[in-house]
Amino acid sequence: MDLLIDNLPQYGRALLTTLSLMILGLVGGFFLAAPIALISVEAPRPFKLGALIYTTFFRGTPLLVQVFMIYYGLGQVWVIRHTFLWAAFKEPFFCAILALALNTSAYTANIIKGAIQSVPKGEIEAGAAFGLNRAKLYRYIILPYALRLFLPAYGSEVIIIMKATSLAATITLLDLTSLAKLIMSRTFRPFESFIITASIYIAITFVLTRILKLIERTISHEDKIDRLNRAPEGQF
Amino acid sequence: MSFSPFMGWGGQIALGVGLTVVTALLTLVLGLGLGLFVAILKQSKWPAARIIGDAYTTIIRGTPELLIVLLAFFGSTIALHRLTTLFTGRDLWIQVPVLVCGVIALSVIFGGYAAESIRGGMLSIPKGQIEAAEAFGLSPFSILLVIKIPLIWQHALPALGNNWLSLIKSTSLLSLLSMEELMRKCTLAANDTALYFRFYLVAAAIYLALTGLNVMVLHKLESTARKKS
Repeated sequence: MDLLIDNLPQYGRALLTTLSLMILGLVGGFFLAAPIALISVEAPRPFKLGALIYTTFFRGTPLLVQVFMIYYGLGQVWVIRHTFLWAAFKEPFFCAILALALNTSAYTANIIKGAIQSVPKGEIEAGAAFGLNRAKLYRYIILPYALRLFLPAYGSEVIIIMKATSLAATITLLDLTSLAKLIMSRTFRPFESFIITASIYIAITFVLTRILKLIERTISHEDKIDRLNRAPEGQF
Repeated sequence: MSFSPFMGWGGQIALGVGLTVVTALLTLVLGLGLGLFVAILKQSKWPAARIIGDAYTTIIRGTPELLIVLLAFFGSTIALHRLTTLFTGRDLWIQVPVLVCGVIALSVIFGGYAAESIRGGMLSIPKGQIEAAEAFGLSPFSILLVIKIPLIWQHALPALGNNWLSLIKSTSLLSLLSMEELMRKCTLAANDTALYFRFYLVAAAIYLALTGLNVMVLHKLESTARKKS
């Protein structure tokens, strides 16, 4: 316990690093994932193949390799080294977020694609029969339905990325795990250090799970009210 | 001079691939055993066993893999030091080989995830099938052998397959402990030749080949499991 109290400011900063890596990585990853998922469902064949190669690469290789490739590898590429891009790529924090975002975007794109493809054909055909165009079909039928399938799977991805920040931080960033390593090697008290850091991670997991459950429930609740309002008289 | 994309590091990288495969396979065997044990604990009649099983999977699945690997690395040496001082009375420092603590750490992690997958398979056994087997007069042991295990295998296989694929990728964590597996060899090659991008790309390509190969094996296993039952 004294390990925690003695190093409290350090733990605070490390927690902040872990959380900001997670949030920025997830936000970036989501914005990359949405178009990739859409391409892999709607675009012509060559584009679909491109999306498949992208997701296969990032899902099939370790995050550690991706982080090292971006931080140590891309710094050697001339276009990056000698243009304004270098300002970003020389920062380990930026590289860690980029790696996390690229990695999670591949998994998230797959989740979105799966959710879109599980929308029953009948619902889409009914919408089309009402004269909705493709965009409106997405807005009113496919996306609301897919969202409910998307959320539980995305919840586990959020937790995975929260833990994966520890890998992204291996490039000289001081997050919770690197701090634990520092304390383990400095104090020779690996067990206490582990218990403190593991408890913090489990607490974050717990809070995140709660928040995600709450969002899920709110959405399914709204959905129910919506259906009740729309249902014809006498059906309930 | 002939063209050499690996700058003379090809043999070393091949050795690294070998160690990665060996590490993953050892972990698979140990981790599956541990996962099965924990899955049985979680389904047990005794509340104490259930609590232990649930605590185990919660801790493992709630903490980063790297943190557990680091604990095994630093913790094993300290624990061994305490043990040897206790029994011999001398101040002995023995470093546990990285392969040993690496495989133990990865097995403990894999066991936690595999336990959930196996439990999922156990939960999906239809009651009717067991009752039907009992009605036919099958003994509990043959029910386990002929009905339960094939059904659990079939239902847990897709999830276990995912656990296995992420285990292959997780072996790269041991490079951070300087174990000379694929990732570490590529880092050494990159540092030596200053060709960072090239050698990390090589690492990525080999991992991709390994996971791709295993995806094919898993598809084959899944289709035979479905046919059998």
